[in-house]
Amino acid sequence: MLQVSGVSAYYGRAHILDGVTLDVGAGEVVVLLGRNGAGKSTTMKAIMGLVPPAAGSVRFQGAEIAGQEPFEIARRGLGYVPEERRIFSELSVIENLEVGRRPAAAGLRPWTPERLFGLFPSLGAMQDRPGGRMSGGEQQMLTIARTLMGNPRLILLDEPSEGLAPVIIERMAEAIRALKAEGLSILLSEQNLHFAQVVSDRATIIEKGRIRWSGSIPELLAADEVREQYLSV
Amino acid sequence: MATLEVEGLTKSFGGVRAVQGVTFAVEPGEMLALIGPNGAGKSTCFNMLNGQLRPDAGRVRLMGRDITGIAPRQVWRLGVGRTFQITATFGSMTVLENVQMALLSHHRRLGQLWRPVARMDAAPARALLDRLGMADQAARPCGILAYGDLKRVELAIALANEPKLLLMDEPTAGMAPQERVSLMALTADIARESGIAVLFTEHDMDVVFSHADRILVLDRGRLIAEGEPAVVRADPKVREVYLGSGAVTGAH
Amino acid sequence: MENLVLQALSGLASASSLFLVASGLTVIFGVSRVVNFAHGSLYMLGAYLAWTLVTTLPRGHLGFWGGVIGAALLVGLIGLLVEVLLLRRIYRAPELFQLLATFGVVLIVQDLALMTWGAQDLLGPRAPGLRGSVEIVGLRFPLYELFLIGVGPVVLALLWLLFHRTRWGTLVRAATQDREMVGALGVNQRMLFTSVFFLGSLLAGLGGALQLPRESVNLHMDLSIITEAFVVVVVGGLGSLSGAALAALLIGELHAFGILIVPKITLVLVFLVMALVLVVRPHGLLGKPEAAARGGQGSAEPVIGPAPPALRWLALAALAVAVVLPPFLGDYAVSVLTELAIFVLFAASLHLIMGPGGMASFGHAAYFGLGAYGAALAAQWLGAPMLAGLALAPLMAGIFGLVFGYFCVRLSGVYAAMLTLAFAQIAWSVAFQWVEVTGGDNGILGVWPDAWAAPKLVYYYLALALCLGATLFLRRVVHAPFGYALRAQRDSTLRAEAIGIDAFRIRWLGFALAAAAAGIAGGLFAYGKGSVFPTYMGIPRSVDALLMVLLGGVQTLSGPIIGALAFTGLQEQLVRLTDLWRLILGCIIVLLVLFFPQGLAGAARARWEARHGDA
Repeated sequence: MLQVSGVSAYYGRAHILDGVTLDVGAGEVVVLLGRNGAGKSTTMKAIMGLVPPAAGSVRFQGAEIAGQEPFEIARRGLGYVPEERRIFSELSVIENLEVGRRPAAAGLRPWTPERLFGLFPSLGAMQDRPGGRMSGGEQQMLTIARTLMGNPRLILLDEPSEGLAPVIIERMAEAIRALKAEGLSILLSEQNLHFAQVVSDRATIIEKGRIRWSGSIPELLAADEVREQYLSV
Repeated sequence: MATLEVEGLTKSFGGVRAVQGVTFAVEPGEMLALIGPNGAGKSTCFNMLNGQLRPDAGRVRLMGRDITGIAPRQVWRLGVGRTFQITATFGSMTVLENVQMALLSHHRRLGQLWRPVARMDAAPARALLDRLGMADQAARPCGILAYGDLKRVELAIALANEPKLLLMDEPTAGMAPQERVSLMALTADIARESGIAVLFTEHDMDVVFSHADRILVLDRGRLIAEGEPAVVRADPKVREVYLGSGAVTGAH
Repeated sequence: MENLVLQALSGLASASSLFLVASGLTVIFGVSRVVNFAHGSLYMLGAYLAWTLVTTLPRGHLGFWGGVIGAALLVGLIGLLVEVLLLRRIYRAPELFQLLATFGVVLIVQDLALMTWGAQDLLGPRAPGLRGSVEIVGLRFPLYELFLIGVGPVVLALLWLLFHRTRWGTLVRAATQDREMVGALGVNQRMLFTSVFFLGSLLAGLGGALQLPRESVNLHMDLSIITEAFVVVVVGGLGSLSGAALAALLIGELHAFGILIVPKITLVLVFLVMALVLVVRPHGLLGKPEAAARGGQGSAEPVIGPAPPALRWLALAALAVAVVLPPFLGDYAVSVLTELAIFVLFAASLHLIMGPGGMASFGHAAYFGLGAYGAALAAQWLGAPMLAGLALAPLMAGIFGLVFGYFCVRLSGVYAAMLTLAFAQIAWSVAFQWVEVTGGDNGILGVWPDAWAAPKLVYYYLALALCLGATLFLRRVVHAPFGYALRAQRDSTLRAEAIGIDAFRIRWLGFALAAAAAGIAGGLFAYGKGSVFPTYMGIPRSVDALLMVLLGGVQTLSGPIIGALAFTGLQEQLVRLTDLWRLILGCIIVLLVLFFPQGLAGAARARWEARHGDA
């Protein structure tokens, strides 16, 4: 579904991604693990075209998307959920969803606000509330719901558990499992290994802009030295 | 005497009670954690302690002195250091200059128009950075520093005026697990060594349960539990509103 | 009583016209965060194009209304062109750079309009069907004015529906908060921005075209309307449509009744009201605190270090030339050099506020002018000798810097900049309208140096010494604790307050210090020219200062110096060589913004660093 190969990126003159290669299969949840500043968010942004890749290729459903504009990439069925949530704070919940709305590809059951309120019941109870007056957990749900309104085939979820209370994180994990059951592919970035291992099929570890390790979750749990070296747990 | 005493702290925003009747105290050298779900009032509570918000009711006392509602910069002068959830440093200055600024302000020398900063308070600033293991980064601009290092710079700045109380809002947010542990261990060391009281909010339960001497749990503006880590962890009410089953966070 | 009713009605008519222009400005700002100085030019073009169309097309309803609508549409297209060719490329540039670019467009349009329509005022026909008047409370009131009163609310209602009831409007409001995120959700934000620009420009054009039956079309319409539109938008709250409507109403009525009560100082009244509103409500009547706009710049300002040796040598060489060369030059060249020295100080003083201080000022000329008037008034009324006058100049500017700054530095960003503009306009109006003391438009003449400094060369050395000394002092301040404290509150007010720094006080004193330095420049300028005029405090001179600082580059200490030399030299040459200097200067500004977004010194430094590695 998504193949990233040899992607490099720069901020000014600082080399922040160095030949990143990873892939996500259809219906799969892959987690990108790494410390803060390791390049997780930048990888997401490079895939989405928000940080233009300086080298390498990004293929989505067989087509090259590196160098395209974010809106073109989004229209191909790639959804992006940013780490900072970036809710439109002056727009209501329902208007936030409207901004994300895009027609579904043929054969896909389209997301509607009603379906999303089934997935995130607390959003349904506050449809007219401005995004700025929601709690962090509610905003996190809204930002995912907003991206789903674009009927993506694959979503990039950047640190969805960051800064959330443990009970909310549990609900987030349930939502991600539900999305996987719908057949959605997910590339997740996380620092929270507990959370990642519960929801993911495979893991890829990034450090200093380079991919250091890739494998299945059971393999990661068995590889103590890998976890110690790159994740320090 | 307790370093910080908080009594009946209350604050509403547009009719919504964000914090109501919160009472607690922090002793010298103690690490006290304030935890709770998002929107429970932790930040509001914090901002009332250092003067960013004025409480509707209640008292805040530092070393027995009433400091309720006075401006942040005056609270700082009385000995309260602060670190922020999202680091706030001076991005156009080097690490050393950031610490120098805190020292210069402490010594009330910021009005000077003539002598270059380069030669002022540099030695004590270096000593502070040394203590926090940041000496080799002294000449780097804060604007290009890694996040974990910025957190340390903030701590150095907060320690510059020899505070009696440290307020740390999510001190390890956005750091890697190993860095979290080492930063909090360092903070605990310094706190015990110098008798500084530390009050911190935190979402990482590993950090909370391994470094806090005592824990306060806030929910919908009220304190619902208070005590040593083992007691709080076992509290069924806390598990219900906040900790959950512990499957995804390591708080088992 | 009847008179008051008519006055109120004519206030409503002006409010309606003002709202048309201001709504376009505020809509454009909301989405693109660009403060469009050229919005007034679009308004003026609307009026000129309407004149051409209406006088060319056959008379009658179709000819007139067709001409008005046609002009509005044409102006919409011109705005669209400006967006696509210029603004689209600089959305990531700092706010003030965008402003500078749009000011370049103002200059270009001014000369193009002059070339196309000539310098004389043009009178348009009256609106067919609305030529007469109606009787209201026993007095006659023009029908056309009544029609205008209706246009404002209709446009407001249509815009509200557009923004709240259509998908396009929802997207625009979302983009107002976070354009990058809107793009990442699959919206072609470029098209969105362009369409918003088309709409905003169309509104400006319509506003201009509808003025045709009311007043003559002339080349001063652009700056006069833009100042008022800025006031309306800022008083209402940037980006708020209903705020703009409310403020237009307030300002329109204020004009109408101000004329009855204080006929001479209506302008002062308007700006005083603006200052008052901003002090009480720092984000305007209905504005909201600006969330840090996303998707723009975000990189930290660079560290300030000692000047590299190469730069020091260059500076010394320049100084040597400035000292040694003048005795071999003619009087004219020496006066030009004197002006250069003065403008270097003027720019350096503004840079203290804008660079280390992180505040924008649209009204720095006020302090230049106050210095000049301080010196001139002392000479005129007290018969003070030159040195006393020169000493009084920074004092006068500094005191007013303290007074005005007390209000200005409470605000931030565009609001602060607008308040500085307001105070500068107040100072300008007082100088312009208090004829008994200031001589009004005729200025104060005969402000000549004492005999010992009368030779141009001696006066040049005096100006050089004072300006250079003051500039170097400011440079020293930037490296001293006070300058660091200025930068500290700019980088992070939160952190500054958390380590005991009183950010307000630091900004305030910094502002006053810069004002005093500008006062020195103004005083020297007054004695150099032998006269002072209200134009010393006008918007164009404030813009000159901004241009110098921004051309040179805000991020470097040498920037304002280089900028002042480049700008003053350039303008001097252009005015001498061609009548079309505005057109050429405007083009140069636009090109500079497009290709040197860090300013000249910034570009030089980037190049130097690229060659020598990180400094």
